[in-house]
Amino acid sequence: MSGKTLALRDTTIGKKAIMAVTGVIMVGFVTAHMIGNLQAYSGREVFNAYAAFLHGLPGPLWAARLVLLGSVIAHAWAAISLVRQNRAARPVRYQVKQTLATTYAAKVMPLGGLILLFFIVYHLLHFTTGHVAPGEFRGWQDAYHNFVTGFQVPAIAGVYVVANIFLGLHLYHGVWSMLQTLGINHPRYNHWRKRAAIGLAVVVAGGNISFPIAVLAGVIK
Amino acid sequence: MNLTLHIWRQKKATDKGGFATYKLAGVSPDSSFLEMLDQLNEEILAGGKDEPVAFDHDCREGICGACGMVVNGVPHGPQELTTTCQLHMRKFKDGDELWLEPWRAAAFPVVRDLVVDRGAFDRIIQAGGYISVNTAAPRDANEIPVPKTDADLSMDAAQCIGCGACVAACPNASAMLFTAAKVTHLGVLPQGQAERGPRVLAMVAQMEAEGFGGCTNHGECESACPKGIKLEFIARLNRDYLKAAIGGREAAQQRTVRR
Repeated sequence: MSGKTLALRDTTIGKKAIMAVTGVIMVGFVTAHMIGNLQAYSGREVFNAYAAFLHGLPGPLWAARLVLLGSVIAHAWAAISLVRQNRAARPVRYQVKQTLATTYAAKVMPLGGLILLFFIVYHLLHFTTGHVAPGEFRGWQDAYHNFVTGFQVPAIAGVYVVANIFLGLHLYHGVWSMLQTLGINHPRYNHWRKRAAIGLAVVVAGGNISFPIAVLAGVIK
Repeated sequence: MNLTLHIWRQKKATDKGGFATYKLAGVSPDSSFLEMLDQLNEEILAGGKDEPVAFDHDCREGICGACGMVVNGVPHGPQELTTTCQLHMRKFKDGDELWLEPWRAAAFPVVRDLVVDRGAFDRIIQAGGYISVNTAAPRDANEIPVPKTDADLSMDAAQCIGCGACVAACPNASAMLFTAAKVTHLGVLPQGQAERGPRVLAMVAQMEAEGFGGCTNHGECESACPKGIKLEFIARLNRDYLKAAIGGREAAQQRTVRR
């Protein structure tokens, strides 16, 4: 067998594996984030106590933030590198092209990823630092106040709803792809892979979308 | 049947190329797609003005992997599990307008018209798509027991005829399905174990060097494949590759890329 073996980061499979592993970390975070935020339905005291609990653990909090930042950077780097390579692989496009199997979720992955990246920056400026928060920003000490006043603005609520629709699409194709990329494939369990991906996407995106709608509807006030 | 054909014409690799439109009358619904093109070429030759349309073909039985063109946006045309040569004109309607294009990929440069150079596939095979055995006195065929499920899986992967439809169909012009089939058909058999790690590392390295794109799990290749090669094999390729690249001793050894 001749041929130079390439480093993992130099092959498309290796880059996909990097995207899959960082993806698992981010899927774990986004799921926990949604579940944690469900406490908004229990009122101001419970929600603010949860924020205080998280900020009472500065070590783990900052460790999690650094791991997530690293994951976003690695995920985005691999994605940009792969998209460039994939585009270069077909310099002349087809005059007529039919698709046979792909989904909207699969096709919108690069654009959706870019939208999510901008949304994450906006989301941090909105709820973490308060730079773009409408009205008074009360920090994590009264996160409930920020939550309600933020989502009472219909345009902001709309941004969150749209971003989470893209999150749902990204999760659906991403979770299923992650299993395929890491070689987790078995004829006996394969039909569960897409079901699990759809289930996770609907639960996470649905939970997140419920927050701005609940505020606008007056369920959370 | 009367047809309007828009065919990609390109004299040589360095030419820009473009579509030419032909009207073809009196096509038998019983003729094969390539016989229809033969008929067109006879008319072109009789006309004496234009040169015949170049297209690849060999066995015309659907087993050699030589033929293939994109017909109305689908590699090998509209019939599932069928190569272009096994496609018949009865699948089309009188008055149909057909767009015929070569496989489009940086790794498959157009040689002429609908013919592309698929040497990239040969070089992937050369990099590791074989097993090394000592040949001397013939050995008993059933010397090494192979579980039926493994033999079946290997045969399913070995169905790949290397036509390149997977690359043509893939939005990224990726050769993952082809490489996956070739890695799997040897990798699941006992005879393929000795070189399993080096094989997948070398074949993937060559695949990358040829300029194919990566897999983004659209599944277009599986749908376009005339031999029904499954996406499952891509997961196997990923698993084999990651195992060899991360944990394999072979990855530590130095090798050179052949191009």
